Amino acid sequence: MIDDTTVRHVARLARLRLDDAEEQVMREELSGILEHIDAIRAMDLDGVPPTTHVIELENVLRADEPRPGLSQEDALREARAVVDGSFEVPRMD
Amino acid sequence: MGLRDLTATEQIAELAAGRVSSLELVDAHLDAIARDDVEAFLAVDAEGARARAREIDALPERPPLGGIPLGVKDALSTRDIVTTSGSKMLEGFRPVYTATCVARLEQAGAVVVGKTNMDEFAMGSSTENSAYKNTLNPWDHDRVPGGSSGGSAAAVSAREVPWSLGSDTGGSIRQPAALCGIVGMKPTYGAISRYGLIAFASSLDQVGPFARTVADAALLLKHMVGRDPMDSTSLEWPAPIDVPMATDLAGLRIGVVEELMGEGIDPGVKAAVEVALVKAEALGATIVPVNLPTALSGLATYYVLAPAECSANLSRFDGIRYGPSAEADNLLDQYEVTRGRLFGPEVKRRIMLGTFALASGYYDQYYGRAQRVRTLIVREFAQAFEGVDVLASPTSPTVAFPIGDRTADPYAMYLADVCTIPASLAGLPAISIPCGLSDGLPVGLQLAGPAFSENRLLDTAHALEQVIAFDTRPPGLAT
Amino acid sequence: MSDLEPVIGVEIHVQLSTRTKMFCGCAPSFGDAPNTHTCPVCLAHPGVLPVVNGEAVRRALIIGLALGCEIAPRSIFHRKNYFYPDLPKAYQISQFDIPICGRGEFTAIREDGSELKVGITRAHLEEDAAKLTHGGGRRAGADGSVVDFNRGGTPLVEIVTEPDLRSAADTAIFLRQLRQTLLFLGVSDCSMEEGSMRADANVSVRPVGSQTLGVKTELKNMNSFRFLERGVEAEIARQREIIASGGHVQQETVHYEPDTGHITSLRSKEESHDYRYFPEPDLVPVAPDPAWVEQLRTEQPELPIPLRRRLVDEMGLTQEDAEVITGSPELVAYFMEAAGLADPKSCANWIRGELRAQLRELGQEPWESNVTPAHVAALVGLLAEGTVSVPAAKEVLAGVIETGDDPATVVEARGLGQMDAGDLSAIIAEIVNANPDQAQQLRDGKDKVMGFFVGQTMKRTGGRAEPQAVQALVRAAVLGE
Ligand SMILES: [Zn+2]
Repeated sequence: MIDDTTVRHVARLARLRLDDAEEQVMREELSGILEHIDAIRAMDLDGVPPTTHVIELENVLRADEPRPGLSQEDALREARAVVDGSFEVPRMD
Repeated sequence: MGLRDLTATEQIAELAAGRVSSLELVDAHLDAIARDDVEAFLAVDAEGARARAREIDALPERPPLGGIPLGVKDALSTRDIVTTSGSKMLEGFRPVYTATCVARLEQAGAVVVGKTNMDEFAMGSSTENSAYKNTLNPWDHDRVPGGSSGGSAAAVSAREVPWSLGSDTGGSIRQPAALCGIVGMKPTYGAISRYGLIAFASSLDQVGPFARTVADAALLLKHMVGRDPMDSTSLEWPAPIDVPMATDLAGLRIGVVEELMGEGIDPGVKAAVEVALVKAEALGATIVPVNLPTALSGLATYYVLAPAECSANLSRFDGIRYGPSAEADNLLDQYEVTRGRLFGPEVKRRIMLGTFALASGYYDQYYGRAQRVRTLIVREFAQAFEGVDVLASPTSPTVAFPIGDRTADPYAMYLADVCTIPASLAGLPAISIPCGLSDGLPVGLQLAGPAFSENRLLDTAHALEQVIAFDTRPPGLAT
Repeated sequence: MSDLEPVIGVEIHVQLSTRTKMFCGCAPSFGDAPNTHTCPVCLAHPGVLPVVNGEAVRRALIIGLALGCEIAPRSIFHRKNYFYPDLPKAYQISQFDIPICGRGEFTAIREDGSELKVGITRAHLEEDAAKLTHGGGRRAGADGSVVDFNRGGTPLVEIVTEPDLRSAADTAIFLRQLRQTLLFLGVSDCSMEEGSMRADANVSVRPVGSQTLGVKTELKNMNSFRFLERGVEAEIARQREIIASGGHVQQETVHYEPDTGHITSLRSKEESHDYRYFPEPDLVPVAPDPAWVEQLRTEQPELPIPLRRRLVDEMGLTQEDAEVITGSPELVAYFMEAAGLADPKSCANWIRGELRAQLRELGQEPWESNVTPAHVAALVGLLAEGTVSVPAAKEVLAGVIETGDDPATVVEARGLGQMDAGDLSAIIAEIVNANPDQAQQLRDGKDKVMGFFVGQTMKRTGGRAEPQAVQALVRAAVLGE
C-alpha cells in the first residue's frame, strides 16, 4: 500500500506535477500494481545474487581520440530558449 | 497481385531483375501510406524516400536491400525526420543524428518512408498509449494491433511497407506481431546496437524486425547485428545471420513451457499453438514439456526493473535542450509542469512506480529483489536449454482485444506480456510467427532459444512457417 | 568542559586532462564559444549511450596506485539521480558501492619533517557537470541562468579521505602535497583557480579522547588552499563557539566568505537528497587486467613525498628547499640535472633563490628560460673556485638569462671575474684614507660602519669583490688585524 505522503514525495523526486485528482488516481493505481508486485517480496531469495547485465562483457573502453561533434547551431536548434549561444533556463529558487 | 503483396525478398528479386525500379516500389507503398487505413504512421518522409529511391536507382550496382521501403518505429532517432517516441514530450522534435541500426539498413539499401505509431515511450501493449492516435488492427479495425510497436506491425500487416523495425522491451515486437498475424523477432540482448533507440528500459530494450515471412525477418536482422562502438553493450556477432532454408526439424527438441499453456491462456490461442506443435512433430521434432517455475514471477519482476530504469531514462526530458516546454518562470515549474503536462498517464505511472522502487527505504525490497528474481529466471532458462533446443509457448495469452477494453485497468494491460517477458529478462532471442486463427484473429507462436541461437530459431520458424502456411493477408484489405 | 578537537575529512574532485570527455568523443573545452564542443551524447539527446574513455580509467588507476589504494578487480558504474540544469541526463554516471580504487593511505610531510598520514577511503570515476551561469538569462529576466555544455562530461576522479585530519593547517598541507603528487602523475592540471581541482571539507569537533564523531558540516567549494585553510579554521571556531555556548551543530553545507571571513549556511533544500543510485545498465564492468595494473605500478614516476625525503637525507637540502624544488615535475627534472654536475645544496640555493627571482620579472620558469641546468652548475662551480664573487655571480646569471651564453663567457665578456687581492687591497687603502671619520668609528668599535666600507668598495669594483674578503681587508687596513 502506498499513502498520499509517499505519492507526493515520489512525484517531487520525479519532478512530476500532479493535481489532486491525478494524485488520488495515482495512489489507487500504484497500490493495485504493488499488490501484484509484492509477490516477489515473498520469494525465498537467500544467496541469490542480483543480475544487472545478462551479457558477460567487461572493459568496453574507448580510445581517447576526439571525434567531430555538433555545430553550435545544431546543438541549440531544438532548444526552447537560447541566449548568446547558451541554453537558457528559468531562475532557480 | 500488386507490388505491395510481394514479400521483401520478392521485391528485391524484382529490382534485381530490372522489372521494377525502387522509385516505383516506394511510390506504390507511399500511396498506401497516404491513405493509411490503419493509422500506422506518425510521420511520412515522402520526399526524402523518393529522393533516396532515385539515388539508388541511379547506382551502377544495387545495394543488397535493393532500395525497398522500410517503416521505422518512432522510438528510433532519424536525423531531420520528426521523432516523438509517441509522446507530446517530443512533439516536432527533429533529431540531429540517426540510430545506428537505421543507418546500417540505409547503407544496405533500405529506404525509410516514415515513422510508425507506438505506445508513448514504448510503454504499453496496445498502442493506445500513443499521445497522437490509435492504430487499428488490420484484421479488425475495432481492435488493437498490440504494442508497443503497434504501428510497425500494422503497417507490415496492411502492406503499407514490406517490413519494418520495432523495439522490444517486454514483448513490444513479438506481441503486436502475434496480434497482427506477422513475423516479429527480438534478438539476443546486445545483438543490435541500441544507439539511437530512445531508451525505455536499457537492460531489456532490443531492436528487431517485423516482416511477413521468416526469411524477410532474417534478411533485415542480418544487416543490423554486430558491435557498434557507440553502444557498450553491443556484441561482436559470432556468425552471420543466414537466410533460413530448413524444411524439416529432424532431431530438434522443442520444450513446451507448461506455465505458459495453462491458466490465463485463451483456449483458442492454446489450441492453435497445440496444432502448430503437432506439425512440428510431423517435421521430425521431439516435443517435451518443460517447467519454468519462476517464469510467472517475471511479470512482477519486469514491472519493477523496467519502471526503475525508465524513471532515470526519462528524466532528461525537461523541455530545456529540446522538445516543447511549459511556460515557466522558475526552475521547479520548468521541470514539474513540463513533465506533468507532457507525459501521458501510463508514462507517469511507470515513472512513479520506478522512482518508488528505487527510493531510499524501498530499494532492497523492490529493485534489489527484482534483480535477484531475474537471476533465478536466467538460471531456469539455462537449465531448460540443457534438455531442449527451443522453447515454445503462445506469444500472447489472447488474440487482439477491442480498443478501449483494457485502458481502465493498467494491470490487465500488463498481463498481455506475460508470455514474452521471461525471455526479455533473460536477454534471449525469441520470435513470434503466426500459427493460426482463433475467432478469425491471428494467434502467435513464440519460439525462444539460448543466446546467439538466432540461426536455429529462424530455421525452426521457417520450417514451421512452410507447413503452417498461414495467409498473412488480412481479410478485406484494400488492394 | 573538556577540550575539543577538530576532526576533518576531505573530498577532492580532480578533472582529468584527457583529450576527450568521460563518455563521448568531444574534447572538453574551457573558454571557447559556448556549446561548440558538444555531441548528442553530452547533450543527452534521446537515444544516446555512454562509452567509457579508456584513458580516464588508466589515469584513475594511476591515481589509485599513487595513493596506495586497493584496485577493485571488477568495478561498476551507477546512476546518481537528481535534476539540475547542468546535468543533462538528470543523472550523473558515477560509482557507488564498488569504486575503481578502494582503501589507501597518503603520507604528507609537515615543515618540521614529521609525517602526516591520511587514510584514503576511495577514489572513483565520474563525469563533471556543465557550466551554469546564474543571472545570464534574457527571456526570463535577469534571474534566468544559462548553460554551456562545453565542459559537461569532463572526466573526474573523486578522492575521499577518512576523517584523519586534526587541524586546518594539516588539511592545507595534505591538500598541497596531494596536488603536487597528482601533478607529478601528469593526470590533471590541478588548478584550484580554474576548478580543475576542487576540495570540500567535512568538519566536526569532539571532546579530546572521544572516539565517536561529532555532527559534521560540509564546507563547499574552496578555490584556493589559503581560503580553504582559513575556511576550515573559521568553521572549527564557529563549531567550538556553538558548543561552548551549549548549542548543537547542525548538519548542513556551509560556505566561507573570504572577504569577511564569515561562514554562511547555504540554504538547505526542503527535500532531503535521495539519489536513487542504481547500476548503470548502459555500461559494463571495468575489470582491469592485473598485468596492466602491475605495469602501471612499475611505470609510476618518483613521487614528490619520497623524493623530498631523498633530497633532504641524501642530497643535503633543507625541508624548505625540498618543498620548493618538488613544486613541479619540471623543476625537479631541472634541479636533478644541475645537481648531477655540481654541489646539490648550492644548486638548490641558486635555483630556488636568485634564478627564480630574476625570472619572475620575465614571467618565465627556469626550464623555459635561456638558463640550462648545466649553466646553473657552471655558475656554482665558478663561485666555488672563487672565480666570481656572489654579487658578480648574480650579474653573470642576468647575463646568461639575457644571452643564453655560458657563464664563463659572460664573466669574460663583462669582466666580472674576482679582482686580484693586491688590487683590491690598494683600492681599500685609498677608501680608508679618504674617509678618516668612518675609519675612526670602526676603531671605536662601531661595527655598523663596516657596511659603508663594503658599499664603497663594491661601487669602486663594480661588484667584483667578495663581501667577506672586503670586510677582512678593511679590518686589516684600519685595525691592523
Ligand atoms: Zn560529447
